[in-house]
Amino acid sequence: MATKASRSAARLMMAPAVILLLGWMLVPLIMTLWFSFRNYLPLRGGDLGFAGFDNYVRFVTSSSFWPAIVATLIIVVGALLITVIFGVLLALLLDQPMWGQGIVRILVIAPFFVMPTVSGLVWKNMFLDSVNGLFAHIWKFFGATPVEWIIHEPLLSIIVIVSWQWLPFATLILLTAIQSLDSEQLEAAEMDGAPALKRFWFIIIPHLSRAITVVILIETIFLLSIFAEIFVTTAGAFGSKTLTYLIFQRVLESQNVGLGSAGGVYAIILANIVAIFLMRIIGKNLDA
Amino acid sequence: MARAVTRRRKTINTALAWGIGLLIFFPILWTILTSFKTEGDAIAYPPKFLFFDWTLENYAIVQERSDYMRYLWNSVIIAGGSTLLGILVAIPAAWSMAFVPSKRTKDILMWMLSTKMLPAVGVLYPIYLMFIQLGLLDTRIGLVIVLMLINLPIIVWMLYTYFKEIPGEILEAARMDGATLKSEILYVLTPMAIPGIASTILLNIILAWNEAFWTLNLTAAKAGPLTAFIASYSSPEGLFYAKLSAASTMAIAPILIMGWFSQKQLVRGLTFGAVK
Repeated sequence: MATKASRSAARLMMAPAVILLLGWMLVPLIMTLWFSFRNYLPLRGGDLGFAGFDNYVRFVTSSSFWPAIVATLIIVVGALLITVIFGVLLALLLDQPMWGQGIVRILVIAPFFVMPTVSGLVWKNMFLDSVNGLFAHIWKFFGATPVEWIIHEPLLSIIVIVSWQWLPFATLILLTAIQSLDSEQLEAAEMDGAPALKRFWFIIIPHLSRAITVVILIETIFLLSIFAEIFVTTAGAFGSKTLTYLIFQRVLESQNVGLGSAGGVYAIILANIVAIFLMRIIGKNLDA
Repeated sequence: MARAVTRRRKTINTALAWGIGLLIFFPILWTILTSFKTEGDAIAYPPKFLFFDWTLENYAIVQERSDYMRYLWNSVIIAGGSTLLGILVAIPAAWSMAFVPSKRTKDILMWMLSTKMLPAVGVLYPIYLMFIQLGLLDTRIGLVIVLMLINLPIIVWMLYTYFKEIPGEILEAARMDGATLKSEILYVLTPMAIPGIASTILLNIILAWNEAFWTLNLTAAKAGPLTAFIASYSSPEGLFYAKLSAASTMAIAPILIMGWFSQKQLVRGLTFGAVK
């Protein structure tokens, strides 16, 4: 049993990690909060004094705020729909008996390990380019006019790129969950004459519901903050500016730190709302 | 009873799964193939799939023009350094949480995870400012520190779940035999935990290697890792598909191979035990 001595030793051993993370969380957070209430323009006079809630009001009333929110939602929801729906189907397929299952798994998972700047640029140039991209070649082959995807369908382009990156993640998690399903239950249903679609809807989907929730929450947290994929493809142009990208531009490109920090506080609140639900599920599992 | 499956059904499954698998893998395959083409073949219409003049010149040009080796070295130091540093900090913390749990252990663990969910862009300027003030902008040590901090919660969490699987009786037996805390950790715990520690290292090297928010915003020419090296291809000059492909292939190949070894750990590390 743990003695008093080992308890204090344990506390000591935990200290470095706790102190580092506490500092990493609190110091920048307090600075962001502080800046968000200042008129802070590093390149145009520096700190020009207290601004009250001006930055918060100006951030949400600026003409780029709502378009950014809409773009963010379209990308997050679009990528979630694609990755979860195809993830479930793909996981079901991969769970079936087949030859070369291990290799197929490897092929499916591979995109997750491609760094965001590579997937962004490879898709943008070699697939979505309207002159030399592979999609343009296919369009030409069928006699259609190639589409300038990045310019005319920037949100769709980004959804395709991030879905390609995150489909492996969803598939892998859902496959893990499917494999824990008791196969006797399925067999019993099969023997009782339940058709495949009913088995899917009444046994598999309920069993997967928690895994699906976890996938949605984790992906949402990551998708809300995608950056590099936009940075190397549209650089925020053509209406593809997300909340993350808008804040990045306010802070580093136009160096309006007060305004950007207010946006940052909004982003932190938004992410926390999602995080609360995720933490609840994780917490429950920790007790079990 | 194993479910009987007809040969026909198995054949259909196989064909379908391989088809979809190859489709998903295709962008990577296409990139690798294009990296061996001449720039002319890379944009040829109709596209050339396998029958083109295979060449290695793109790899030579990329290395010569943009000094690939330096970026690779930066990536290795940043990903490896941040992971090792994180492991050093996390092992004692995870050890104490797994073997000497207190009432607050769960709260601390949950709080650590919650720091991972803070959106990076929300604290971009404070970090940027600190980097300028401390002279850390565009240095490898700066990025090692930042990436260590953003991945620390995952490292602690993964190690904690692995340590939890080690039966406590073994430690008690060691203590009975008079093992000190130090020898208990060094000679009893560590050997049993090595597979878990190795998996944790593997997954975190992958995450750090591919991290592309802080690496893009906090580095320039000097300390930029491969993520930044590739981003420099976003403003192309002339024909560049084959060179882009060669650069991309070199940036993803090492991590792709490591990634395939870490499939199982991926689920554990990225869902924080919420899916088993």
